Amino acid sequence: MASISSRRLAKELREIHAEGCPVGIELLKADDFATWWFSIEVMGESQYRDEKYTLQFRFDSQYPISSPAVQFVVGDGREAPIHPHVYSNGHICASILGNEWSPVLSVIAVCVTLQSMLASCKKKERPTDNDRYVRTAPDNPKKTRFHYDDDE
Amino acid sequence: MSSDYEYDDDDYYDDEDMIDGTQDDDEISDDDMDIADDIKSAAKGKLKSYEVDYDSLSQSEVEKHIRDDTEHICGILGVDLSTAQLLLRHLKWNKERLIEAYMDNPSKVLVDAGVALTESHSQPQAAPIRTQSSSSSGSNSRRPTRSSSKLIPSRSSRSSPTSPTTSYSIPKPLKASKSIQHFLCPICFDDDPALRTLSLDCEHTYCSGCWTAYVVSKVRDEGEHCIRCMEEKCQLVAPDNFIQSILVPEPGAPVGDPTEEAENAKVWARFQELLIRYFVSCNRDLKFCPYPSCTNTVSCPSASSKLSLTSVVPIVSCGARGIGGQDEQLSQSQGRLGALQGKEHKFCFGCPIEADHRPVICAVAKMWMKKCRDDSETANWIKSNTKECTNCQSTIEKNGGCNHMTCKKCKHEFCWVCMGPWSEHGTQWYSCNRYDEKAGQEARDSQSRSRASLERYLHYYNRWANHEQSAKLSLDLYAKTEKKMEEMQITSALTWIEVQFMKKAVEELDKCRQTLKWTYAMAYYLAKGNEKELFEDNQRDLEQAVEQLSELIESPIEPENIPTLRQQVTNKTVYVAKRNEIVLEDTANGFLDGRWKWNASVDGFDDPDPSLIAF
Repeated sequence: MASISSRRLAKELREIHAEGCPVGIELLKADDFATWWFSIEVMGESQYRDEKYTLQFRFDSQYPISSPAVQFVVGDGREAPIHPHVYSNGHICASILGNEWSPVLSVIAVCVTLQSMLASCKKKERPTDNDRYVRTAPDNPKKTRFHYDDDE
Repeated sequence: MSSDYEYDDDDYYDDEDMIDGTQDDDEISDDDMDIADDIKSAAKGKLKSYEVDYDSLSQSEVEKHIRDDTEHICGILGVDLSTAQLLLRHLKWNKERLIEAYMDNPSKVLVDAGVALTESHSQPQAAPIRTQSSSSSGSNSRRPTRSSSKLIPSRSSRSSPTSPTTSYSIPKPLKASKSIQHFLCPICFDDDPALRTLSLDCEHTYCSGCWTAYVVSKVRDEGEHCIRCMEEKCQLVAPDNFIQSILVPEPGAPVGDPTEEAENAKVWARFQELLIRYFVSCNRDLKFCPYPSCTNTVSCPSASSKLSLTSVVPIVSCGARGIGGQDEQLSQSQGRLGALQGKEHKFCFGCPIEADHRPVICAVAKMWMKKCRDDSETANWIKSNTKECTNCQSTIEKNGGCNHMTCKKCKHEFCWVCMGPWSEHGTQWYSCNRYDEKAGQEARDSQSRSRASLERYLHYYNRWANHEQSAKLSLDLYAKTEKKMEEMQITSALTWIEVQFMKKAVEELDKCRQTLKWTYAMAYYLAKGNEKELFEDNQRDLEQAVEQLSELIESPIEPENIPTLRQQVTNKTVYVAKRNEIVLEDTANGFLDGRWKWNASVDGFDDPDPSLIAF
């Protein structure tokens, strides 16, 4: 089915292969149009020096009208970065993945945004409600209604 | 607004009685008819004290209100229709605030509402021109000096409301420019030269397919009526005719996929419904019918303020019956059948309770519901399994160990058996075995006080729950009664019309149980005194009558008894209806007179006298 979603993802993938990813971001796996993995690290001076994280994108057939489900991969030696907007189960509270998602954003744009979210972090800490959230969190972070209170 | 009580309860009953009367001439139904006539004339003359004035509006009537408001704003602000709609929605349909804000700073209001500023608006100084051009046409005397001082005459012609520069709404086909630059949709990356492209005034252009998918997902999945441009951070809101052009194919357009077009038409209808719902939710005089798939709205200005809810119980009905889809907008003549199939859409205008909670007012009904949710499940368990610390009243469950208790909270030490202080137990004063020891007596007193409070609650709750349960069983009763009615037609010479007294009795019973149920919520919070006693007398009389009628209906039918039974049931039904009337009327009058005093603090009332507070 040549849906909008697969056509669009095919095009994004072609561009990634042709032009490469921005510095610090690498495509790990994109075998289908359902789940992609990227590795992400923050270049230069930051709280996350020499740390590498894995980012998972899940797309539904409504992409790019509906946002992708994005989270850090946790398990098998992978950890979610310690950040006030990242829960220990890998879920990310970022408005760009929720109510500020726009269909013109791309996978790479999301990666870059999250990279800069990490880069601008002043203090490594978990969200204050981490334990409560992780205990009851749904499998898909898109099912959570985050409150985007303190992001810029 | 015109009043329309076609579906009013009383009328409905009256009509039946009329038919009864014309069809047979025996004494009972003559009686019946007289009383019915009494009720009828009362209903026609004026509202009873427990009724409110309200009006049921259909979707198209609400749409008319919306149109009127929008046109009003168009006239005053001199903007086009779609702009007026966006502005009104942005300010939650508050016309006064909109006009004020717009006079103050039109560009800001326009930008906040997601309207594109046309060229003349892009410069801050130019913006008031719009205002100016409107003030000349509108009849507004509030601000002529201010706006005219900002007028730039050379431009005023460009920004007049009819000027072609105000093109908020017309989707711009970009086909013309495609020869200059090859179009590639930035969302789906389709570059078919035949692609239809659309954009709002911000000129962020996408193909029509992406627009459609986006609008459909916003409307259908998110229930959102405020649809912004797809570009990141672009705040422009798509006006209604833009949405329409996306979802509804223009006449003469090439025929698309019929299933998709049907789907889009549904989304367009949904979008319009969302707009109406939003309008209704912004207007305090209006409330949407909460019954599933019902699209009616009720207007009840007399219950729109919080204060009014301390004296009236605004039970309204949108006029429809049953569950949508079956399309049971039954008229009176059909109503006699419809009553069994679909219940009337009755609800409270003042609170979220989707039922008739007369005679008790919303605030008390809400307190009671909250208390029931909190307490009823656990109350029994607490009662049988715990005791309270005699010092700090914390509830304690003893799950093992000896009788020497130390309260976790206040460290008070006491004996689980006699509830007296433990200090006397380890010494020569040990007297747990002795009856009527003073300290223990006091402790038991304070404990028994909270037990009494619980018992008081359970007294009312059990009766409340009992009536609720009976009401739930009324569906069964309906079915049983119907069968009985059939039986009667066979075993006796009575006709269908003549056995209707059974059904009427069941309906009256249901109504009265509903009233009775809520009288217990009311009585729980009523402060002790003569007023409460009178209230409970009325309650008792109604309950007694209801139980008697209930028993009559359930009694077995012997062919030879039918005439007697018929007479008894009919008489009782009339009596029960009267008792119900008395309870409702007297309580409603009490609210209007400010006669009721509470034993707890109720929203909108003075705090109760300390001596009246129930423990």
